[in-house]
Amino acid sequence: MTFQEIKLYQTGTFVVGNRLLDPQQRSVQARTGRSNSLTSGHRACQGCGEALGARYVLDAAMRATDGRLVAVNSTGCLEVFSTPYPESSWQLPWLHSLFGNGPAVASGVAAALRASGRDDIRVIGQAGDGGTVDIGFGTLSGMFERNDDVLFVCYDNEGYMNTGVQRSGATPPGAATNTTKVLGHHPGNAFGQGKSVPLIAMAHEIPYVATATVAELRDLEHKVEKAMTFRGARYLHVFVPCPLGWGAASADTIKLARLAKETGIFPVFEAEGGQVTEVSRIRRQVPVEDYLRPQRRYAHLFGDNPRPDVVARIQAGADRNIARFGLLPEGDA
Amino acid sequence: MDKPFAITLDVGSSRANKTGSWRTERAVYIDRLSPCSDGCPAGEDVQGWLYEAEEGGDGYERAWRRIMEDNPFPAVMGRVCYHPCETACNRAQLDEAVGINSVERFVGDEAIRRGWQVSVPVPSSGTRVLVVGAGPSGLSAAYHLALRGHAVTIKEAGPMAGGMMRFGIPRYRLPRDVLDAEVQRILDLGVTLELDTKVTDLDAVRGDYDAVFLAVGAQLGKRAYIPAGSAAHVLDAVEMLRDLEAGEKPLLGRRVAVYGGGNTAMDAARSARRLGASEAVVVYRRTRDRMPAHPSEVAEAEDEGVLFSWLTTIKQVDSGRLVVERMELDDDGFPRPTGELDELEADSLVLALGQDTDLSLLDGVPGLVVEDGVVAVGPDLMTGCPGVFAGGDMVPHERSVTVAIGHGKRAARHIDAWLSGAAPEPVVRPELATFDTLNTWYYSDAPRAHRPLLERARRESTFDEVVLGHDESTALLEARRCMSCGSCFGCDNCYGVCPDNAVIKLDRPGRAAYLIDLDYCKGCGLCVAECPSGAISMVPEKI
Ligand SMILES: Cc1cc2nc3c(=O)[nH]c(=O)nc-3n(C[C@H](O)[C@H](O)[C@H](O)COP(=O)(O)OP(=O)(O)OC[C@H]3O[C@@H](n4cnc5c(N)ncnc54)[C@H](O)[C@@H]3O)c2cc1C
Ligand SMILES: Cc1ncc(C[n+]2csc(CCOP(=O)(O)OP(=O)(O)O)c2C)c(N)n1
Ligand code: SF4
Ligand SMILES: [Mg+2]
Repeated sequence: MTFQEIKLYQTGTFVVGNRLLDPQQRSVQARTGRSNSLTSGHRACQGCGEALGARYVLDAAMRATDGRLVAVNSTGCLEVFSTPYPESSWQLPWLHSLFGNGPAVASGVAAALRASGRDDIRVIGQAGDGGTVDIGFGTLSGMFERNDDVLFVCYDNEGYMNTGVQRSGATPPGAATNTTKVLGHHPGNAFGQGKSVPLIAMAHEIPYVATATVAELRDLEHKVEKAMTFRGARYLHVFVPCPLGWGAASADTIKLARLAKETGIFPVFEAEGGQVTEVSRIRRQVPVEDYLRPQRRYAHLFGDNPRPDVVARIQAGADRNIARFGLLPEGDA
Repeated sequence: MDKPFAITLDVGSSRANKTGSWRTERAVYIDRLSPCSDGCPAGEDVQGWLYEAEEGGDGYERAWRRIMEDNPFPAVMGRVCYHPCETACNRAQLDEAVGINSVERFVGDEAIRRGWQVSVPVPSSGTRVLVVGAGPSGLSAAYHLALRGHAVTIKEAGPMAGGMMRFGIPRYRLPRDVLDAEVQRILDLGVTLELDTKVTDLDAVRGDYDAVFLAVGAQLGKRAYIPAGSAAHVLDAVEMLRDLEAGEKPLLGRRVAVYGGGNTAMDAARSARRLGASEAVVVYRRTRDRMPAHPSEVAEAEDEGVLFSWLTTIKQVDSGRLVVERMELDDDGFPRPTGELDELEADSLVLALGQDTDLSLLDGVPGLVVEDGVVAVGPDLMTGCPGVFAGGDMVPHERSVTVAIGHGKRAARHIDAWLSGAAPEPVVRPELATFDTLNTWYYSDAPRAHRPLLERARRESTFDEVVLGHDESTALLEARRCMSCGSCFGCDNCYGVCPDNAVIKLDRPGRAAYLIDLDYCKGCGLCVAECPSGAISMVPEKI
């Protein structure tokens, strides 16, 4: 954790606010004046992690930039549920072009602003994991390589959700989607090599890379705020559970994000210039099973023909993350 | 049409789209009953006053006033209450129970230090109520009756008010200036206290009053038949403690044996040590874990050098020695004699075998029923004689100061209703805020602060208070360990976690801090799941 820990005997760092805190210490989301960049009436599913994550990120960015912000959005749920013509849920200047070109359009907007002398206006590009890890990957890498002044945010719900839950390059091993069915001896998504765009972004040695989840608001807001202190290409990868695509209860969205971090499945860290500078350590470690069980996309691992071997491989992956990033709680490491 | 290229409709906000219509369940703010409040025999809203106290500053006075709504003895409570609230506290399942008792003491002491007062909020009712006995139960009833505008007279047999709070509980646990201050505050409401006025014939005096509350306690030490030599020195614990309070120094000798395993036995043994006994041994027929005395009192007694002889009964008392028999527990946990005899040196024997009630004043009161030496009462605490109520140690219930105070409050409520001929206002008991209704992820790791104790040397020779109070900052931290089970404490989680911005933050102080915007609440349940204190619930919509 790089942000100032809230020392308050009751609820400190993990809650959104607390009436006992002085207003300076409250999160952006605790303020009645937050910009609600993504406002009510959007058509995201009940309990959508992506809708929540987008508001968290953009409200923090709006505050950090005093409202001088443009967002560019790739195709995906976030775009579709927010802007059925002629309505819009966006309370900031917002552009959509295509599924694959979000990073390129964001680069273009940044270039146009620079050309018109408006360096005060900052640019955010945003996309789902499909638009980032798969089809948008080439233009994203270009944006990194040129060090364009854009914060690109990936809302990772681990699949193509908008088109009905297909596999993406970010779909985890073992998970069932409509293109990785529960069939044959290796049900669900295969164990591939994985594709960590945060690590790929770091390989570009861009100024700032971070991961976050919707379960740790203060950490996420801090990272957005920090990203806005840099110029050049920045990347934020936000873990956003999808109740529909994962077959999870709508009320479990934040719990699942918390468990992803507490199991080591999703490492939460920050990097500057290609070097990891901070990790968010596990607070109460739990086995991956606690995370997998509430999700129907993993139901085949536990049903009548349980697959402890697959669960063990997923656990091994989490353990690798824990070792690689040093995620164990202080004292246990 | 004057629209930009390729635009045929006016751009509008999605707020026109009332997604609340998707809902099959709605989120509703609720108040569940916290286990601490549920467990308080005096009916204090513990979570409610901790909520005020955790704000610090003016919050302490608000907390005190919340306690005073139920219990006029916060500073006494913060010392002698056996705090069943802490036993019930959910936080015990996380790390350690909230030190509720220590916060109550801090708040109570602040009130005395700063002279906070209460006043009667209603005009005089013109009715006269007699209270017999100025122990905690009688004083509590008098307080609550006075607050309801009734003229209260307390007739007390003893020379001072307080009952067992003064003539039982020793000073090292309850300093008398604290007791005096809290009693005086009750009298200041206009309650008439007649001291040295023993009621010997209730039937003769009750006609002068519209209603009566009996709270004469249990003053008579129980006797056990133990063969004793003529030179044997046997005393009764309650008598000994009463004499001590009256300024007489009981003659105990160097080695004192105390017979019994309750709190009175602990107080007698610890007082004996302070009076100069080099050896004080508690003789009890069962084992330590079966002692009725509160564990903290046993621990403090041990700490002061009090010795214990478990599984032991006394067969005979002689001058300077006791004959004792070893016991063993049978399968049901009952002590059984083994026939194995032993000797114990003791200059005196103090009997602490429980107390009986002297009910002679009730002779001739029509309808009144006495069972097992105590007065039978209904749930409204009325005896078989209409208009005569009773509470505290003289009715069948667990005996403690807190229970007695709770009875006083409950009786006052029912007396008030009985006098006006109306049904008493119902007591609402919401569902319990059990541990599984909480989301404890959100609470900070916060170790409990324990109160410091007076140094040992001074505990062995003086009656100075043993358990010391918290300073302000420690009391505040302890109050803030409270998880606010079942009630909103304004953490903003619901406001933050709603993906639909359907929680409206009213930005006003107090508990109704948020509203659900039903135009947009899709009923996802995230606010319910992420509410730390279980203060929101999902309710099915009628579809
Ligand atoms: C040594 C000892 C230690 C204790 N420690 C604790 C403790 O730490 N915590 C706790 O919660 N409880 C403790 N208790 C129990 C607690 O003190 C009693 O349960 C409580 O005081 C009962 O309150 P009461 O008002 O019913 O009776 P009492 O406190 O006994 O008061 C009754 C009053 O009525 C008066 N009275 C009696 N007869 C008449 C009459 N005929 N006319 C007029 N007045 C009369 C008496 O003089 C007395 O003042 C202790 C008890 C003892 C004996
Ligand atoms: C070139 C192209 N191919 C396919 C699509 C159809 N399409 C729209 S969104 C989407 C998937 C989006 O997935 P992701 O980026 O992960 O966003 P999510 O909906 O999961 O938030 C697809 C395949 C498209 N719009 N354009
Ligand atoms: S944590 Fe607070 S509200 Fe919950 S039981 Fe303990 S004292 Fe009561
Ligand atoms: Mg996706």
